[in-house]
Amino acid sequence: MEIARGLPEIEKRVVVAAFLFAAAMLALLAYAAVRLGITVPGCVTNVKPFANGELIQVAPGRYEAHVVSKMFSFKPSPLKVPRGSVVDFYLTSQDVVHGFYIDGTDVNLMALPNAVTYGQAHFEKAGKYQVICHEYCGLGHQDMVGVIEVTP
Amino acid sequence: MIQKDLRAIILIELLLPLLLTLFGVYHGVLQVLYRAGIIQDVSFGGIGYYQGLTAHGVINAIVLTTFFAVAFGHAVISQYLDHGVSKTGAWTGFVLMVGGTLVAAYPIFTGRANVLYTFYAPMKAHPLFYFGVVFLVVGSWVSFWSWIPGYLRWRKSHPGRKTPLAAVGMFSAFIIWQICTLPVAYEVIVQLIPWSLGWTPGVNVVLSRLLFWFFGHPLVYFWLLPAYVMYYTIMPRLAGGKLYSDFYGRFVFMAFIVLSSPLGLHHQFTEPAISSGYKALHASLTFLVAVPSLVTAFTLAASLEYGARQNGGKGLFAWWARLPHFDPQRWLFPYLFMGLVIFVLGGITGIINASYGMASLVHNTAWIPAHFHLTVAGPTFLAILGMSLYLCAGLLGKNVAAPRAAVAVPYLWTLGTFTFSAGLFYGGLRGVPRRTNLGMSFLDSTSDAYRPDWVIGEYAGAVGGCLMGLSVLLFFYVLVRSLLAPASVPAADAFALPDSAAYHDEAAGVVTNFRPWVIAGIVAILISYIPPLVQVLSAGYPLAAG
Repeated sequence: MEIARGLPEIEKRVVVAAFLFAAAMLALLAYAAVRLGITVPGCVTNVKPFANGELIQVAPGRYEAHVVSKMFSFKPSPLKVPRGSVVDFYLTSQDVVHGFYIDGTDVNLMALPNAVTYGQAHFEKAGKYQVICHEYCGLGHQDMVGVIEVTP
Repeated sequence: MIQKDLRAIILIELLLPLLLTLFGVYHGVLQVLYRAGIIQDVSFGGIGYYQGLTAHGVINAIVLTTFFAVAFGHAVISQYLDHGVSKTGAWTGFVLMVGGTLVAAYPIFTGRANVLYTFYAPMKAHPLFYFGVVFLVVGSWVSFWSWIPGYLRWRKSHPGRKTPLAAVGMFSAFIIWQICTLPVAYEVIVQLIPWSLGWTPGVNVVLSRLLFWFFGHPLVYFWLLPAYVMYYTIMPRLAGGKLYSDFYGRFVFMAFIVLSSPLGLHHQFTEPAISSGYKALHASLTFLVAVPSLVTAFTLAASLEYGARQNGGKGLFAWWARLPHFDPQRWLFPYLFMGLVIFVLGGITGIINASYGMASLVHNTAWIPAHFHLTVAGPTFLAILGMSLYLCAGLLGKNVAAPRAAVAVPYLWTLGTFTFSAGLFYGGLRGVPRRTNLGMSFLDSTSDAYRPDWVIGEYAGAVGGCLMGLSVLLFFYVLVRSLLAPASVPAADAFALPDSAAYHDEAAGVVTNFRPWVIAGIVAILISYIPPLVQVLSAGYPLAAG
């Protein structure tokens, strides 16, 4: 191979080691996806953008939350569900880009105008969860905090 | 030797952005104070938090880095390619870049462009902000084009010779820049400017974000590669040795041309419209771009070890002590070496960010600025400071005044960035958002949103940020004193960048030709970006007015 001609042995080993490192990282991603169920967040949904925020109970312990973000609040808020609930979040924005991070969960989404983003949370512990806008959205950005109340 | 007729351009292109950076750093220090709740207000000294945040990002990450890459590139091309910089091209680029910066400065400083440097639509800025950015970027293109005729002439007049490695590195940086700025130019010129002028009703937001992040990640390699040029061609010489492998230097620059672009979706894991498969592809390619950096770690460590052993270094690790860490004669060395030390942590946390399972924990939290202050504010910023001082003093024929203070700057900076980043990593894992005036809510003990568990991380951030600010003040003390020192004309005429010989000068032809690597890079972009682009366009999002 022309690339390798004239390369000292140690240098060949270095590039092989570097590729093996990248491959090991990929293997860990694959392991996480297959065995631990940690897949790439798709965030893709067929739900059309909506104008009103609402919480819909679809079955006992199963909810759908349609969340509207607008400078500088989330609606509905506070959002009350019982402990042990699984909530499907559908998120949109009525103005600029906002962030949607439910503290203490792995729901971390972007709210884009005219689009809907999807994420799911399991609420195993009772208590108040802050919902934090973590994308700069204007002068009141730091005040954009929602609440999810998980009742015992 | 560097072309005499380029001296004025290079000096202004170094000093003007550094002057602006004083303000950028001032607002960096203010930000950590706001965020720690020490300043609890929407503005301080007449400048709003988000206005200052915009200036901090635009000046430090775009203006300073772009001007520096052009100025350092002019010096490199002039020295290594037989004065190959076209004077007309260099002046045209210079006028566009300076003009663009001034045009963009007006709306930023008058508070009409509080959109941060990522200018996420539909957050709207004054049209002059977008025009200024366009002029700045086009000016950097023209400056790059001013090297091409000289490069072709050099190739013709030196048949069979390898292009000097430093020139290869600067061309790689600007080939990446030329490719990645095209989509963002489309975003700004076709989407944002007409909308900002009121000619179009809105913006396809999802498309604008795809175009922005096509640019946003290769941008970091444009920031890094001038520092890599210094690591490969200058640092081994300063260490008293040679570059361990010429082949790997070339391989690394070529690999970045291929790998730096097809991975921008790793900034968009949590967005709609784009399918998981392409997000996973971009995550995988992000791991691959670690390969050239890992190879760099080996080559540079081997080069430093060789130099240290020439200086009498012994043992498995004891040779580290034989590097010129504190030598005032070689004060530039710690600017490069400490940048690499910081980059070890910056690189590792980058791999964490690309792993999407982690991304949903840290996306848009303080973890992210903690990470990139270990990259762009680590190796890149230290290399810019060190080389700006080196070039300004050298081109004016002056000795660096207070070389001991010059040596202290990178150590103080490193201590500051480590403290700052430790605090922000800690906070980020606990949900602290980035780009947020925390002192008005989460770090205000009278607010409903108060988070006592965030205080300690933000205080560490404040201490670190203040140390970084002090380090920059010390740097300006050295710079100003050096500029005021007596000049020597013969010294200015004899000034050249240090050049490292190669320890292994391998005859490997495939890394001496840009063409196959550029073609591979374009193919990789087409494969990784056409399907997501089709997905975004076919989702048919209505325009958003903001």
